[in-house]
Amino acid sequence: MTSPSNHLMIHAVDVHKRFGPVEVLKGVSLDVDRGEVIAVIGPSGSGKSTFLRCLIHLETIHRGSIAIEGESLVSTNAQGQCRYAAPADLSRICRKMGMVFQHFNLFPHLTVLQNIIEAPLTVKGARLDEIVPKAEALLRKVGLFDKRDAYSSRLSGGQKQRVAIARALAMEPDIMLFDEPTSALDPELTGEVLNTMRALAEERMTMIVVTHEMAFAREVAGRAVFMDGGVIVESRPARELFAAPEHPRTRAFLEKML
Amino acid sequence: MNYLADILPPLLQGSGVTLQVFLITFVLAVPLGLALALIRISRFTFLSTLVNGYIWLMRGTPLMLQMLFIYFALPFIPVIGVRLPDFPSAIVAFVLNYSAYFAEIFRAGIQSIERGQYEGAKVLGLTYPQTMRHIVLPQVLKRILPPMSNETITLVKDTSLIYVLAMNDLLRAARGIVQRDFTTMPFVVAAAFYLFMTLVLTYGFQRLEKKYAVYDD
Repeated sequence: MTSPSNHLMIHAVDVHKRFGPVEVLKGVSLDVDRGEVIAVIGPSGSGKSTFLRCLIHLETIHRGSIAIEGESLVSTNAQGQCRYAAPADLSRICRKMGMVFQHFNLFPHLTVLQNIIEAPLTVKGARLDEIVPKAEALLRKVGLFDKRDAYSSRLSGGQKQRVAIARALAMEPDIMLFDEPTSALDPELTGEVLNTMRALAEERMTMIVVTHEMAFAREVAGRAVFMDGGVIVESRPARELFAAPEHPRTRAFLEKML
Repeated sequence: MNYLADILPPLLQGSGVTLQVFLITFVLAVPLGLALALIRISRFTFLSTLVNGYIWLMRGTPLMLQMLFIYFALPFIPVIGVRLPDFPSAIVAFVLNYSAYFAEIFRAGIQSIERGQYEGAKVLGLTYPQTMRHIVLPQVLKRILPPMSNETITLVKDTSLIYVLAMNDLLRAARGIVQRDFTTMPFVVAAAFYLFMTLVLTYGFQRLEKKYAVYDD
């Protein structure tokens, strides 16, 4: 493998993924530079969420390679065998990324603050007197400091998702992955989550956002990637892709969405 | 009233035996049941199948038979043949039997936790043991309180089976007095004792349920 530049955060090459006999990713390649915000759009079943999940090892791939900040997460040798990094490295490499899910996946038995400090305490061995102020600062940032001691069942969907973002940020990731973060929300609650993500983008966080929010993708993303049928059909600067889609499939999809 | 005072000491003594069997079984069978459940759901197929067979054996034969087997038949089995006195025999049988039931309760609880909880923990860097300890099992505890309460109350009453090893538990003590004095009064007192024990347990479990009611799933 050629040595990647210092700015290359994600280097995915020819990623293949099967669920049983169904091949959902048929050779997806994507490079993401530091500070880039990438919107991944496409019809459901196109493989966009699966691709995101492969990047953070929630799914294992069958062929191809993924490197995160120059470190190999998984690679495929000449014989076509897929090799993942050793478990300790795997965990360390994946921790460079934070992930936000469609269904939040907050821990219901913990308060908002406990949700945020759990991983720093358990995984990083952070000290309580250091991590609590940090968590509180993150809560202020997402506008939920007053919910500090609430359980997640008392929060609205938009509030839950903002807590989930704060929880991911508490591990200080270099890259944030968003898997349809607003798809489970009532329409009037998407704005607060998108605003939080917009603020993150303005801080130059490297982000990949799988989304159906076309307006958000067009405004906030630097690059838009259109996936269909397990491949990337078109990957271009977001404004260009939305203004003048090159591929007929992209055009057909956007006409339906807008 | 005087008669009551006469029969109370042996009944209290019997209650002591009953409580001992109950407490020791509970304290040992709960962690063993949890361990069995974790093996049962693990990806070690061989061990999982073994545990599955064990649970079938323990739930598929009467507890009384198991107790009799350990007390009378175990000494004659080659290699592991040991002769256990009555009390340890009873405890071993109860722990083996109840751990199988507790294991199934734990398994149901663990498998009721959504996959998203594991994924949420994994992307934050938690290992599988950390995920179990900090995320999954605390939530399991809340969900299994009602069936645990059920099983625990059953255990209190099942302790009366130890009479087959001629141990003087609460019920055997009561029966002894009934046969001696030709009065059913000791049965009534024994029933009151059992009811009191289950009342304490019910209250304890309700307190726990209330404690866990601070959050909804």
